[in-house]
Amino acid sequence: MTQGFPIKISRRFLRVWGRNLKVYRKSWKISFIPPFLEPLFYLIAFGVGLSGLVGNIRYQGSDISYMSYIAPALIGVSIMYNSFFETTYASFVRMYYQKTFDAMLATPLSLEEVITGEIVWGATKSFIAAAIMMGVISFFGFIRFPEGLLILPLAVLGGIAFGSIGMFFTGIVANIEMFNLPVFLFITPMFLFSGTFFPLENLPQWAQNAAFLFPLTHLAHLSRAFSFGQIHISLLWEIGYLLLFSLIFFPLALFKMHQRLIK
Amino acid sequence: MVHPQAVLGTRTLFSGQYIVEAENLLKTFGDFVAVNRISFQVATGKCYGILGPNGAGKTTTVRMVYGFSPMSGGSLKVFGLDISRDWRQIKFHIGVCQQENSLDPDLTVLQNLEVFARYFDMPQKEARQKAMELLDFIALKHRLNAPVTELSGGMMRRLVLARSLINTPDLLILDEPTTGLDPQSRHQIWDRLGELQGRGITILLTTHYMEEASRLCDRLIIIDHGLILVEGNPAELIRQYVGGNVIEIVRPTDELRSFIQARQLPHEDLGHRLIVYCEDRGELYQRLTRDFCKEGCVMRLATLEDVFLKLTGRELRE
Repeated sequence: MTQGFPIKISRRFLRVWGRNLKVYRKSWKISFIPPFLEPLFYLIAFGVGLSGLVGNIRYQGSDISYMSYIAPALIGVSIMYNSFFETTYASFVRMYYQKTFDAMLATPLSLEEVITGEIVWGATKSFIAAAIMMGVISFFGFIRFPEGLLILPLAVLGGIAFGSIGMFFTGIVANIEMFNLPVFLFITPMFLFSGTFFPLENLPQWAQNAAFLFPLTHLAHLSRAFSFGQIHISLLWEIGYLLLFSLIFFPLALFKMHQRLIK
Repeated sequence: MVHPQAVLGTRTLFSGQYIVEAENLLKTFGDFVAVNRISFQVATGKCYGILGPNGAGKTTTVRMVYGFSPMSGGSLKVFGLDISRDWRQIKFHIGVCQQENSLDPDLTVLQNLEVFARYFDMPQKEARQKAMELLDFIALKHRLNAPVTELSGGMMRRLVLARSLINTPDLLILDEPTTGLDPQSRHQIWDRLGELQGRGITILLTTHYMEEASRLCDRLIIIDHGLILVEGNPAELIRQYVGGNVIEIVRPTDELRSFIQARQLPHEDLGHRLIVYCEDRGELYQRLTRDFCKEGCVMRLATLEDVFLKLTGRELRE
């Protein structure tokens, strides 16, 4: 345990994950409500309210209803929100206010396992949210099965990607209010400009190029492709991008949290 | 009432003479030296105290012992194992009461113990059984389903103690276990600790309550600015540094001062108060009360607090 950065991860991170699951199960009836109602609200507001103005939209050569266009993207947004907010605000509260990590570090768990458990838990919340939303959205007939089931593993991958970058911010913010910055500068623009509510082609070229850097662009696109059953080899590039994003920010999150907590 | 042996289980891991061996232990934060190459040994089955004012380096020291903080230099062995290399194995056999309340507010009393047991790989059934035994031990069984946020300060501390015993540790590390508690709660914690000591558990304790140290510690060090000032057992230290009795004089007169100085008696002059250390059986006290002060002069037994203040000074640490 020198001043360096030794990697100390074993399956034990599942213990931390288990702790969060136990807390979640205490209030699961309440935790289930947002992912259940959220797509309904959006579909009513944007779908029913806006689709009168928008009508059908042209997507990859065919006309589709506006509601079926945004429905899969909403799942992508929810995947992003659930893991990102879990590993930012929720993890910060556990780390800073509740001293939960301190207590864990007095047991055989390593910091790396604690943080990995938190990120994997964030991905689990994305998975749960995606599953519930899929149930609601399939009721409207917007998801084709069995291809649509690919959204579930996608939720885990997207959850790891956004959970990792969330934890990276938790490693560097001075206080909980500072999360407003990444939310305002990173999460909100993505929510709006990632091909979620309108096709990227409607944007100027430079904005399109920028949007391709957003992980949500690829997450939303993959979700839409799976929902429509449009499986194509080129999707591997987008999966690859989310993987790469995770591979960069997961170790970076571990590193920053190590710097922050191990003194 | 559960038999304490059931709570403690049987100790099997280590039978060497010293459970903790720290040599030239160093901890620096940038330019600041928090622990300055100190060496100490904690004997197996004994209670070892680390005393010192706020900021002396007590918590930093024990954090290195339980593998929370990496050390900057020196060597540290726990159970004869190297903390840098065998940290996981060591941590399986240590119980820690951290200074700050780190109970899980999202969980109930019982769940706090059960979830913690899982961090030590205890099977669920065993964890439940052990948790119930410990709740009995700390007299909290009647609140097992209460959220920890509803507990009083004393109850929370007892629960932290119970949690630190969940893995049947061979070494119990207590970082200021009774700070901020009322006398009743404090005595209850001391009782529980006394019971554990009776069963042969090894304790490493930090405190700035001298009464706590005198009561629990077989041996202790007083540290300040990251350095060890003295080491010994509490009674020896009192004899060695203060003597048998202490006479405290309020508003001493000049004659009294010159009397004390002329006889070169060991004393401390605080201006409005004069503290004289004496070895005799009261002759000096009689002399002082007869010739110098009719009132405001008290003789009492020397305590560890006198040693502590003498060695670490009286100025505030803020």
